[in-house]
Amino acid sequence: MFSQGKYGRGVASIRLVGVSKHFGDVKAVDNVSLDIADREFMILLGPSGCGKSTLLRTIAGLEDPTAGEVFIGDRMVNDVLPKDRDVAMVFQSYALYPHKSVRANIEFPLKVRGIDKTERAEAANQAAEVLGLTPYLDRKPGALSGGQRQRVALARAIVRRPAVFCMDEPLSNLDAKLRAETRAEIVALHHRLEATFVYVTHDQVEAMTMGTRIAVMRDGIIEQVGSPQEVYDRPASVFVAQFIGTPPMNIFPAGALEPGAHLVGGRPEDTTITRDEGVVATVVLVEHLGHEAQVVCAIDDRARAIVRMNPSDDLPRNGDTVRLSVAVEARHRFDSSSGARID
Amino acid sequence: MSGATKRRWRDVPLAVAMLGPSLVVLTAFVLYPLGRAVWLGQQRCNVQATKCRSVGWGQYSDVLMSKEFQSAVWVTVKFALITVPVGLALGVGLAVLADKHMRHIGFFRTVFSSTVATSVAVASLMWLFLLQPSVGVLANIGWLNDIFPVIKEPGLLNDKGTALSSVAISSIWANLGFTFIIITAGLQGIPRELQESAFVDGAGGWRRFTNVTLPLLGPTLLFTTVVLTSRAFQAYGEIDLLTNGGPVPQQSTTTVTYLIYGSSSIIKSNEGLKAAVAVLLFVILLGLSALQFRGLGKRVHYGS
Repeated sequence: MFSQGKYGRGVASIRLVGVSKHFGDVKAVDNVSLDIADREFMILLGPSGCGKSTLLRTIAGLEDPTAGEVFIGDRMVNDVLPKDRDVAMVFQSYALYPHKSVRANIEFPLKVRGIDKTERAEAANQAAEVLGLTPYLDRKPGALSGGQRQRVALARAIVRRPAVFCMDEPLSNLDAKLRAETRAEIVALHHRLEATFVYVTHDQVEAMTMGTRIAVMRDGIIEQVGSPQEVYDRPASVFVAQFIGTPPMNIFPAGALEPGAHLVGGRPEDTTITRDEGVVATVVLVEHLGHEAQVVCAIDDRARAIVRMNPSDDLPRNGDTVRLSVAVEARHRFDSSSGARID
Repeated sequence: MSGATKRRWRDVPLAVAMLGPSLVVLTAFVLYPLGRAVWLGQQRCNVQATKCRSVGWGQYSDVLMSKEFQSAVWVTVKFALITVPVGLALGVGLAVLADKHMRHIGFFRTVFSSTVATSVAVASLMWLFLLQPSVGVLANIGWLNDIFPVIKEPGLLNDKGTALSSVAISSIWANLGFTFIIITAGLQGIPRELQESAFVDGAGGWRRFTNVTLPLLGPTLLFTTVVLTSRAFQAYGEIDLLTNGGPVPQQSTTTVTYLIYGSSSIIKSNEGLKAAVAVLLFVILLGLSALQFRGLGKRVHYGS
């Protein structure tokens, strides 16, 4: 039912060419180029302050880029108002109108566009149906739970069938259980709507489970773009390697595991405690998680490494001196000064 | 007597001691004067107010029915009907204009809010210089005088048709800083995402104003309306300085407060009548505030 863009122009790709956004001296987004394909679920991932929200707002038209060009479809939209870009935006704070009923909230984008009353009601009913909001249509947002409010925000976004959905950390205000449920719902929504999704998050679990591709951002630039598996298997830098995956990848100092001036990384599941070869380290903490145990080791004053072990194994104790190694085929190598991957 | 009741009685001395200080202040400065005014309202005094005697509570109804009191109430209502809506509209307008993330906007915010730091006396004198019919600023603008000859002859403050509006303008100006600050604070309490969401959804400036800004400003607007109304009903300084309740003989700017306290008031030498009018003004204001909160309060959304 939502396959055709009835009010908008249908599906669309997004292309960013050398986009920068500066606030005074702060370069929030610095010369970013990115292609987002039609119907893609693109995640902008990074720590707070990395520029991911600013980049999303630039796509939606809430920020004017300082430099560069934004294309939606074939159209350069730098000077196009948000309402004419065929985008919908979902905010972390839901941004519902507290004085309007759920129905009036969902109908608002259509009302603004001058859609007549019966058509509006029908579209709102459909959107509410999709998100399970039918029983709450006459309530005010204040009478809803956080999860329900987020669904109203989603319903308000889907009701006018835009080509692009911009979502700014939509799940961050929900508790862990609800977040997992809503995650799955948004993915289902993406399949159903056949629209392009751009989704900002700092949560790597959301990024891994929801996105078709992930753009990892840091300090206003994109460090790596790729499918979740690619980003996990072949991180482009030490930053990406440690940002994606829990616990983060272990980084061994240059020369510790193998000769050379480069850093060596190994995922905790690829790192093993060995008898007589590898890096000498001291066990500082053993954490039991039930299905596994995580052994935290100090290699020297700065570097730490975590080893995932089977709880039934013979676990070391705090203060033990151990040797750590990573199988050669599971090693990641990074330049010691730039942090970039070496292959 | 049950144990609980006994315990409660044991707390009475402590409670009285704790309440004592504020009770003393409240009694001395509010309750006693209020009671005294109500009592004085049914007395007739000599000119020096050294001797007073009761003439009966009927004096209140006499005042209520009098032409002078009714005229003063009507003038006050007209004054409020001009100052409150215009003051509110201007305050909201300026606050919305200044609620932008722009360079040097702080300068304009300071200018717009500056009248809170201006006393009624200073403001009124300034307006007096502006409106004065022979040497005032307005009187020296030729083309304006051609269109509105009333500016020079007899002068805006001396014409019975324009006097009240002129005083109202000075009052609106003097209250604008207060309105501006309160509305600005209200605007800053509206989450930016609500405006942005409406913007992305295609709502233009006016629709965002009517659908987002105004409804969410509701509690602030109610508060400001109540305060401005109460201020309009109590306005005195500007009337005393600008028109002295005149122009005579129509008394077209004699408001209820001026009737009570003004130096040219017709009842200036009758303490009993003045007290009666003051008590009636208190009752009117009390009723008006209750009406505003009940009537407008229902339509105000206080957020979730």
